[in-house]
Amino acid sequence: MQNKRRERIDRGIKVRTDGLYAISSFKEIMYLVFPRLLLIGGFLLLPIVLELAPYWKRVINILCVYAIIAISFDFLANFVGLVCLGGGLFVGVGGYFSAILNSYLKIPIFFSIPLSALLGGIFCTLLFLPCLKLRGVYFAIVTLMYPLLFTRIIEALNILGGTNGITGLDSFPNQHIENYLIILILLIILFGLRRLVNEDIGLVMRAVKDNDQSVKASGINVTYIKSIAVFIASFIGCLSGAYLAHLYMWAGLSLFSLDFSILPIAAVTVGGGGSIVGAVVGSLILVPLSEFLRFFGTFRIVIYSLILVLFLVLKSEGIMIYLTRKYHQFERWVDV
Amino acid sequence: MSILVVENLTKSFGGLKALNAVSFEVKEGEVFGIIGPNGSGKTTLINCITGFLKVNSGKVFYRGKDITGLPPHKIALMGITRTFQIMRPYYSLPAFKNLIVPLWSKRATKLGGWRGGGKHGDRDTVAVDILEEIGFERDSKVPYKPASVLPTGYLKRLELARCLALRPDVIFCDEIFSGLSVSEIAGLLPLIEKLKIEGVTLIMVEHRLKELFKVADRVMALQFGEKIAEGDYKDVIEHPKVKEAYLGSEEV
Repeated sequence: MQNKRRERIDRGIKVRTDGLYAISSFKEIMYLVFPRLLLIGGFLLLPIVLELAPYWKRVINILCVYAIIAISFDFLANFVGLVCLGGGLFVGVGGYFSAILNSYLKIPIFFSIPLSALLGGIFCTLLFLPCLKLRGVYFAIVTLMYPLLFTRIIEALNILGGTNGITGLDSFPNQHIENYLIILILLIILFGLRRLVNEDIGLVMRAVKDNDQSVKASGINVTYIKSIAVFIASFIGCLSGAYLAHLYMWAGLSLFSLDFSILPIAAVTVGGGGSIVGAVVGSLILVPLSEFLRFFGTFRIVIYSLILVLFLVLKSEGIMIYLTRKYHQFERWVDV
Repeated sequence: MSILVVENLTKSFGGLKALNAVSFEVKEGEVFGIIGPNGSGKTTLINCITGFLKVNSGKVFYRGKDITGLPPHKIALMGITRTFQIMRPYYSLPAFKNLIVPLWSKRATKLGGWRGGGKHGDRDTVAVDILEEIGFERDSKVPYKPASVLPTGYLKRLELARCLALRPDVIFCDEIFSGLSVSEIAGLLPLIEKLKIEGVTLIMVEHRLKELFKVADRVMALQFGEKIAEGDYKDVIEHPKVKEAYLGSEEV
């Protein structure tokens, strides 16, 4: 029997758009810009399109929050090599900081959100500092423990509102600001991080993931690089947490919930790890899906898991990786 | 003048003494060879000097300064770098981007990489320059290919290139000739001569004695973590204890 093998060839236009020649014709510019425009335009139009369905406009906010946490997970796991299950910690810390600043200290909303992201980022980095020497699953376990720890501390000591949480946070002036603020934050983080991982410091981070021993031999303090990366990830995580607290006008124990640690990982798995934008695409699929499945009541978690398993089995590389390949290359069967 | 002085270095793993009171000196600008059968503690010696392992006792002086127990990156910043026996490139990055890491370090941003380039953020060009010097053809696609697809010969060179990018004073080469063909080694030898002329001190751990003979000024032999001979290559090779270590003793 004649054996056949699939051969992948770069499209001519992909080769032409690699360098400066990308700007030589409109077609080539569009080849590069179109996927980005689709994403940006799509996100900006989403609240307008969904004007007729107010409930879904609120889903957008949650979707963006999950997408941001998923980006932070993807960044740490696939570019620095730290598998961090502390999404719940970032959201909780950010939310509580924002609640303290806004509800107790009366700092206006548009200052309390960035300020609590900054303070929360520093706080989380300090928490992670002792365990940065850990690798792989050991780091994951420690980071998974932190949100559980904080829940118990707040419960047991009855501080920061105890089990009731802190209420009375300022809400956003109107729903448009609510929508567009988080969409803009998401887009800035998305394109900012994509830029960062290709800058020199981003390359050093990727080198730490590949082989930290030879980074040490190159005269770079690996712990310092890791702590910068953790600060960036926890900063954006806390930013989304602060936003969420203001969206609910309440900061409570559920901000530390494991959902914020687990769902972003599922989103990265579905969307495709190591591309950053995959995290956003994954959230775009999973968050609305989980809303749709509310019709099924308690049965929803079964269907949800089933879909996840199907994704893992059929397209384990992730949708975004698959689509990127299809966009840049074509395939043909050749004889071996 | 001795650039590196090692005094009574001892390292044990549990009950096993991997290094037992090893002392030697390396002069500035020379090529110093370390030979010994498998398991004699050559790589452990490198790991101890460059800070990757903590020593049990003994001292290491670099230009008269005690560097024992410093973390590896601090020792690297002083100008002591190393290659790894099992190559450790950054597989997800293109070959020339591998050199961005040492070029980004404090030492290279202050002094510049090899021959002073890369101070002003022009790291990509400097990286390709270094790769060309070390045998990557500039006009070919090789420097731009991901490290994961490069053959062993190139990866060994990449290890050395990563050291050069840090503008080192001392390079520990952990078996850079192993796994290379004769012609590939012949390509590396002039490079080592060139480094010697530029005043870089090289400490080479080798199994390939014939090739080491061509470049080494002095050689030290280790067995079971102990120094058994030191001196000119010929003297060491003819030393009865070295012969015994490699070939076994005569009276069985």
